[in-house]
Formats: sequence, C-alpha cells, structure tokens
Amino acid sequence: MFGKLTLEDIPYDVPILVATAIVVLLGGLVVVGALTYFKKWKWLWTEWLTSVDHKKLGIMYFLVALVMLLRGFADAIMMRTQQALAAGGSEGYLPPEHYDQIFTAHGVIMIFFVAMPMVIGLMNLVVPLQIGARDVAFPFMNNLSFWLFIAGVALTMVSLFIGEYGKTGWLAYAPLSGIKYSPGVGVDYWIWGLQISGIGTTLTGINFFVTILRMRTKGMTLFRMPIFTWTSLCANVLIILSFPILTATIALLTLDRYLGMHFFTNDMGGNMMMYVNLIWAWGHPEVYILILPAFGVFSEVIATFAKKRLFGYNTMVWATVAIAFLSFTVWLHHFFTMGAGADVNAFFGIATMIIAIPTGVKIFNWLFTMYRGRLEFTSPVLWTLGFIITFTIGGMTGVMLAVPGANFVLHNSLFVIAHFHNVIIGGVVFGMLAGLTYWFPKAFGFTLDEKWGKRSFWCWIIGFYLAFMPLYILSFYGAVRRMQSYANADWQPLMIVAWFGAVLILCGIACTVIQFIVSIRDREKNADITGDPWDARTLEWSTSSPAPFYNFAHLPNVGSIDAFWEAKKEKGMAADKPTQYEDIHMPKNTVAGPIIGLISIVFGFALVWHIWWLAGVSAIGMFVAFMFRVFNDDIDYYVPAAEVERIEREHHKRLEMQA
Amino acid sequence: MRMKKNLGWLGILPLIAVLLSGCGSALMDPKGQIGVEQKSLIITAFWLMMIVVIPVLIMTVVFAWKYRHSNHAAKYMPDWAHSNKIEVFVWLIPCVIILFLGIITWKTSHSLDPNKPIESDADTMEVQVVALDWKWLFIYPEQGIATVNEVAMPVDVPVHFRVTSASVMNSFFIPTLGSQIYAMAGMDNDVYLVANEAGVYAGKSSNYSGEGFSEMTFDARAMSQDDFDAWVDKVGQSSETLSYDGSYQELAEPSTDHPVEYFSDVTSGLYRDIIESFKDGSGEGGQDGYGESSMSAEAAE
Amino acid sequence: MTTQTVNQHDAHAHDGHEHHDASGMKVFGFWIYLMSDLVIFGSLFATYAVLMNGTAGGPSGADIFELPLILISTFLLLFSSFTYGMAVLAMHADRLAQVKGWLGITFLLGAGFIGLEIYEFYHLIAEGFGPDRSAFLSSFFTLVGMHGLHVAFGLIWMLVMIVQLYTKGLNDKTRPRIMCLSLFWHFLDIVWICVFTFVYLMGVL
Repeated sequence: MFGKLTLEDIPYDVPILVATAIVVLLGGLVVVGALTYFKKWKWLWTEWLTSVDHKKLGIMYFLVALVMLLRGFADAIMMRTQQALAAGGSEGYLPPEHYDQIFTAHGVIMIFFVAMPMVIGLMNLVVPLQIGARDVAFPFMNNLSFWLFIAGVALTMVSLFIGEYGKTGWLAYAPLSGIKYSPGVGVDYWIWGLQISGIGTTLTGINFFVTILRMRTKGMTLFRMPIFTWTSLCANVLIILSFPILTATIALLTLDRYLGMHFFTNDMGGNMMMYVNLIWAWGHPEVYILILPAFGVFSEVIATFAKKRLFGYNTMVWATVAIAFLSFTVWLHHFFTMGAGADVNAFFGIATMIIAIPTGVKIFNWLFTMYRGRLEFTSPVLWTLGFIITFTIGGMTGVMLAVPGANFVLHNSLFVIAHFHNVIIGGVVFGMLAGLTYWFPKAFGFTLDEKWGKRSFWCWIIGFYLAFMPLYILSFYGAVRRMQSYANADWQPLMIVAWFGAVLILCGIACTVIQFIVSIRDREKNADITGDPWDARTLEWSTSSPAPFYNFAHLPNVGSIDAFWEAKKEKGMAADKPTQYEDIHMPKNTVAGPIIGLISIVFGFALVWHIWWLAGVSAIGMFVAFMFRVFNDDIDYYVPAAEVERIEREHHKRLEMQA
Repeated sequence: MRMKKNLGWLGILPLIAVLLSGCGSALMDPKGQIGVEQKSLIITAFWLMMIVVIPVLIMTVVFAWKYRHSNHAAKYMPDWAHSNKIEVFVWLIPCVIILFLGIITWKTSHSLDPNKPIESDADTMEVQVVALDWKWLFIYPEQGIATVNEVAMPVDVPVHFRVTSASVMNSFFIPTLGSQIYAMAGMDNDVYLVANEAGVYAGKSSNYSGEGFSEMTFDARAMSQDDFDAWVDKVGQSSETLSYDGSYQELAEPSTDHPVEYFSDVTSGLYRDIIESFKDGSGEGGQDGYGESSMSAEAAE
Repeated sequence: MTTQTVNQHDAHAHDGHEHHDASGMKVFGFWIYLMSDLVIFGSLFATYAVLMNGTAGGPSGADIFELPLILISTFLLLFSSFTYGMAVLAMHADRLAQVKGWLGITFLLGAGFIGLEIYEFYHLIAEGFGPDRSAFLSSFFTLVGMHGLHVAFGLIWMLVMIVQLYTKGLNDKTRPRIMCLSLFWHFLDIVWICVFTFVYLMGVL
C-alpha cells in the first residue's frame, strides 16, 4: 500500500530534524492561520498562484529562492561548524550519515533551488519589460514551469522529514549513486526533485528564447537589445541545449536504479565514466546559465549608475555569445584525473583557458564603462565592484585549475571549493543581490533601504574572503573536499577562521532580511512615483512602478540602444500622456498550472517510495488536468481601453502631484 | 573606498604568502620530482595571470574612486562608449597571456602526464593499488607481498602505481609527491610518482566515496633502499596471506578506519582478477550471479 | 522611442496581427522544443555508441535483431508520415472530414508500429534478453523505447486532436496544434531513420 515507506522512515529520533520539523510546522501554521484570519486565501490563489503574469512569477521565484537560501545556508554553516570541530581525531557533532546528506543537499539546493530560481526569476521580471512586450510567449507554460520548480523544491524539502536525502555529492556520481551502493531513497529524492524541476527549466528556456526572438517591440533589433536581455537569450540557448542532457542522464540513472539496467554500474558492461561525461556536458554549461545573466545585471547596473553608455556594447554581446558557445567544449576539465591522456587533457585545458579571454574582455569593458563616468556608490554598484574584484580572483584560480598539470594536485581539494564559491558567490550571488536591489522598485513600487543594503554587502564580502581564502591555503596543505573529519589538527585554526567567515555571511543575510522589513515599513517614503528611480536607460523604466499588469499601455517604439535614455534626452520628460487608449489582449490566469505542479509532487513522492498505484493515479491526474487546459478555449481576454485609461490616468496624476 | 582597496588585497595576500613560503605545505614543499614540477607550474601560472589580475584590481579601485559621482573635476563623457585602441588592447592582453599559458599547458600536460614513466637511473618499481570500501590495498607484485593503508617505497626509485577500484570511484592521492589519479572499477589507471626525500607522507582518497571516505587515508613511507628491504621482510613475516577467493573477499567488505595490515603472500594475478571480475559480467567478486541468469548468445540462435 | 506611434493603428488590424503571431509563435516554440528533444535523443545515441560493445557475455545486436520485422515497422512509420502530410494538405484546403480521415489512418499506422515494437520487446525479454541483461541491451531498449514512447505520446495527441476536430472543428486553436503534431510526427520519422540505420543496420552488418 505504501511501497517502501514505513513509520521508521520518519526520523523522529534525530533531535535536529525534529526541531526543524517543529519550526517548519509552526511557521506553516502561522502562515496558514494568517491567510485564514485575514481572509487572503482567495487573493493568494487568484492574484498569485494561478497568475500567468511574468512579473508575479518572477517575484515568486525570487521569494522561494530566498527561503531556500536560508535552508542552503543552514546546511553551509552546519558544515563549517563540523569542520571547525572535527580535527585530529575528534568526530565533531555530525556523523558521516548526516554530514554526507548535508553537503549533498547544500550543493543541490544552492544551485538548483537558489541560484537557478533567482536567475529565472529575474529574467521573468525584467526581460519582457526590457524588450517592450506585454508578457512572455507562452504564459501558461511559464506558470507551469514555476510549479514544476516548486515540485522539485517540495520533494527536496520533504526528504528532510520523511526518509533521507542523497549521500552522494550534488552530482550523484555513479556508481556511488547506483542501487548497489545507495540502496536508500536519498538518491531517488535527488532524481525526482531534479527531474521534475529540470523539465520546468527546459520549458522556461524555450519560453524565453521564443519571447526574446519573437516578441520584441517595434524597432528593437537584436543589436538594440539591452545587455541583460542578451545574456538571458544566451543563457536560454544554453538551457535548451544542456538541460535535456541532464534529463537524459537522470533518466538513465533512474532506469539503473528502478529497472536494474546497467548504464553506469561497475559490471555487466556498464560504464560509469559515461555518467561523469554526461553530467558535466550539462554541468558546465549550467554554470554559464547562472553567470551570464549575472554579467547582464552588472552591465545594466554599471551603465546606469555611471550615467554613461556601456563601453563596447558589441564586444559585450560577442563575448557573451563566445562564452556560451565555448561552454560546451570544456566539460572534461572537471575530470582531468580520470586518465584520458595528455592530448585530450591539453585540448580541454586550453579550451577552458580560451573562455578567460572573452570573460577578461568583459571585465575591462565594465572598467571602461566607469572610466569618464559619474559613478554613484549605491548598493548595486558596491555589489558590482565587489564582483569585479572577487570574480577576477576566482577567474584566476579557475585558470590555474584548467592547467591539467596543476589540476592533478588541485583537483578534489578545497582549492576547487574555494574557486567555485569564489565565482558563484562573487558572480552569481552578488549579481542577483545587485539585480534584486536594482529592479525591486519595478516590482513593488518602492526602493530598498540603502543603509541595510550596504551593510549586507560589507558582511557578505568580508565574510566571503574570511570563509574561502583559508580554504585555498588549506588545499596547499593537502585538505580535500567533503571531509567529515580530518586527522591533521594543524588545519583547525584556518577552519575556525572559515567558520567566522560563514557567520559574517549569515550577518549579511540577516541584513538583507532587515533590509526588507525596514523598506516595507518605509515604503511611503521610498515610493518610486516616476517609475524611473535611478534615472536609468532601458525600457522597463519607462512604465510605472510597479509596472501595470499589461506592462505598457502602448507598446514603445525603439530607435537605438538605451532607448529610454535617448528618449529622455530628446524630450526631457519621459512619459508624456497619450491621448487615446486601445483594448489590450491579455492571457487569463490558469488553474491547470498549479494543479499539475501540485500533483507532480505526489507523483514524485510516489515514485521515490515505490508506491506504484499512487504514481499511476497522479500521472492520470496530471494528464486530466492538462486535458482540461487543452479543451478550454476561454484562456484570454481583452482589457477594455477605459480600464487602461483609468490605470494610466492614476499614474499620471501621481506624477503631476509629485512634480 | 579605501576599505575596499584593502579588501581586494586581503584576498590575494594569504595566497601569495603561501605560494612564496610554503613551509610544511604539501604542494609548496613537495618531496618528489613530480610535485616539484607541479609547484613551479602553479607558481608560473599564478604570476602569468597576475600580469592581468593586478592591473584589473588597481583599475577597479582607481576608476571607481576617480570617477565617483561627487568628483566634478573628473572628465565626464556620457556618450563615449567605444575606442578601437582600447578594444584592441583588452582583447590582445588576455589573448597573449592565454597563448603563453596555452603553450605551457600543452607542454606540461605531456610532461606531467600521469601515464608517463619517470626517467631515472633506478628501475621503476610497480605497486598495484586497489581502492576498497574504505581502505587502500597495495600489492607489490615484484616482492609478492601486500599491505593495507600503508605503502612504502625506496627514495629516488620511481614507482609505477597501477590503480583500480573494487567499489565506487576514488582518487589515489599523495599530495606531497604529486599527481592523483582516479581509481575506477574495471579500469587499470596509472600514475608514476617518485619520492626524493625520506619521510612519511599523508595519502588519501580525494574523491568522495561514501560513509567511510574521511578515514580512507594511508601513510606513504619513503625510505632508503636498506630500510625498504627491511620493511619488505617485516611484511613478509606476517601470518596473513591474500587470495582472490579467500581472504580478499573478506577484506573487500566495507569497513571504516581500517588498521594497517600486512600480507606475506598474494596469489599472483590478484590485481588482474579484481579488474576482470567487472568485465565478464559476473561482477563484484563473482558472487552476484548475474552472469548465469541469462542464456548465452549461442542459445539465441 | 515614441509612445504614440503604435497607437495610431487600427485596433482590429492590430488584433489580427497578434493572433497570426500567436499561432506562428506556437509552431516556432514547438520547433525549439524539438531541438531540445533532439538533444535527449543525441545523448541516448551517444550512450548507445559507448555501451554497444558492453554485452557482458550476452547477445550482441547481430544475434537478436530481426531485420524483416524492423523493415515492416519502418515502412509503417514512413507511410504514416505521408498520410499525416495528406492530413495537413486537407487542413490547408479546409476539408475537415478528410483531415479526420487521414489522421485516423495515420493513427492506425502508428499503432501498428507500436504494436510491432511491443512484439519485438516482448520476445526479447521472454528469451532472457531484457534490458537488465547487459549494458548493450539497456541502451538498446532505452534508445528504441524512448522513440517508441514518443510515438505512443504522438498517438495519444492524435486521438485528442481527432476529438477536438469533432468538437471544435478547424480554428486558430486547433490548426497550430495540428501543425505542431505534424512537426512532431515527421521529427520522429527522422529519428527513427537514424535508429534504423545506426542501431539495426549497423548492428547486423
């Protein structure tokens, strides 16, 4: 009846987990209670959960990502604490059983459920506005993608309280992840969480690729697109081409585990090296999916706050395209030590270094954008400067890793850990926090508190260096990654320094939380009336803040790069009042999206625990829900011109009042 | 902004300090020829990149400070966004550096290839390494002995480590001596290392392999030829022996923090048998019985 | 940038334009999806190429492939592509009854293909050559089965389209769907030709 699931799979004897469960439960009860008390259920359902509005989906992605950041960071600080304690014979406070799950979950959560939704959330919020579109190409699919992502999050979180998570590392290398060496359900949670959310990601990639290619407003040629849109376009191409590899790889691992096949087993002709190749053929492009949009954010931020055109727009675009292309030619550098031979290793090493060229060019272009500008030190700019410095160092250590001869001693050591945190925190996290601060007013109509934003920055950057520079050093003393304990007590002092760094980063996260609270409290004071709080350059700032659900009353017409900036220069006042309005064609909300997504949680859960009847029922449920959608023709409507006029009038009235 | 400047350097200083001093550091104070070459390679690559990293860090701070919003003395050119001179410059510099680094990479990928024997007056010694859950088995085919979690070698004698696994993937790594190599079931990997100084060096699996991974460590003992001969004798006195169908199967059972063990005798071809056990389909020591479950190809016809 | 210009357009013309765009966009989006699907097949082909010799003492392709049977199913699928093409032509000519008819024939041909595949798989498994026998058989079953799964999905889709043609007729919702399914169906044909050449022919030769 319940497959492999028994009462013993609920870890009620592990105090940490029980406490966490109670906290999550209480938190959930508070939220449910509040929603009920304030009678907000209907509002939540109709305004948010079923919404096809790309801006709302973007906000929800980001919100979930921030919540998951807390979870992923809790894992991080537990790991740092363990390594600060478990020296010279001490076992610390986490047995391998737990420690191994924690570092696996940390990696998976930070990449798939923090970095990815932040990037996708930002794309959702910004891209249609930047290209002057009213929505994405396939609004229903956009909602569905979000819910499939939620299913992945839910399955990963459920593993905390029912059963276990993988103990394999975030990429679940076979044959360790095979059924022989990992007989528990941990890897199955990993499989279904990533498989379901990965399909959502592929759909998002297709959606935004079509949106950017087909829905740009009049006059916006490819080479007039804002850089963030360009980097998003490249990231989406990478999603379309790489995520199917992940889907296939996970599917093969699934067949190994569920049907006793022999793709990656040690015996019967299986080939685990194939797994490592396949997973990195996805995995390397994946890191560029994350970093390219962050590059885009920095480009927008630096041009806006330097009050100057981005230096070398064309170079930026081609550098981005080159990076995207090259990202498919370097996957082998993740396993030089497999013994592929000198020629192969040298080829992939050099290919990897070549990526440093366009990346270096980009860095110079950001620098020359500041050159002869008027740089305002707002918190997005601080993130950007922190990024340039940190990412340059991270890039350098990356090139060191790309030299196979050096990689033979650096691989699998803490050097690798320090390197990729160097580029992912310095690049993606800083980029997303800069983007969050920069576009927050467009989403909510008021700016974030600068004081707490800057505090957060200083905590993050100092914390980062304290946490990860010691790891570089330790790697030179032979410390490897994923150690639950280590015999060499000499390493302990630096591990403790790293722990302090993690605590400082925690302060940074706390500052961000306080920043939200303070900003919401002061929202009247920090209201963005004009829709253009930074005196910015691209189209998203030409509409009101928060942007109306139809984005633009009239689709803008673009004649150059930085169209809005040019228009402001030409006409002074940005938004002059149109005289007449027209009906606007908009998609209706969808019930099918959340229903399919929610059922897919049950589906995944049933497969994890081998509850076949439930898997069958939920598969049919998803199909039926999808058929309801397919047979429903009532999916769009027209916003009457009068309604548009009323909304726009209100905005203009506020503008005039402020003037 | 001054704080920021300090910070950038904070990041780089410890790294430089380590690179220069390297006292007691496995990678910066290596005890074998391979490790020495790798150390100089790391340092060369590091300084080559400093050619571009240092100017970038300085430019970041200087540009940001000089062109700050409040500095009206600085030139302001809001529409200046292109300069052929700068473009050529910013492409050229990274290209040249990567060209140099590429050449170095090509050369060292070959000279430091783990598959490449080390040139030496002494004959190369072979040691067969098997990664087990969670310990290391070392077989000395020339001496006819085997050890667990301890490997010894004479100083200045190149050692040909042949590496495989009887379980999941591990990586065989003695940081002080140099290169690591993956240990994979059914695969016969090679790494050539040499110790040029006597001492006890920490060895480990660097690739996560499950529950007992952290304790999957061993001592690599480099010693004089005489001491080595004495060590071989000592191992030879052990009452334990190792054979594929017998004590090896017992040893292969998962165990954590396994003590050092000596085996005075090993059935010849044990290493090959372990590798072959994954190839013929019988798998995992021939006990899973997959092989017999299906008809042979001939039966199909 | 001027906000007024677009506004001058006749509202209806604008709408017409938008609708046209929507169906074009659907087909374009579906193309992109097919490209990503192609990557999945590419991964499976690569896996097959790597594991082809991993027979682990079991049979190789030459031992188990029955070419005549595969040839029949190949022709079934190729012919179904032709009949689907006829359905699309009929759609362009607005002949609803003919569209239904051709779709029905295509469905039967596709079902025949799936039937033969199930027959083949069933026999292999019954003989003890199931996908758990060796890495070669795992990759064979998965590659061919993945294609078969796609065809089966296409059949379900075709049924849904036939139902929609009865309930809704040809309109700007159903037309792009028929076009997308057409792309899908021809795509599976092309993939099958690769499977046939790469797996069966090269396996036997």
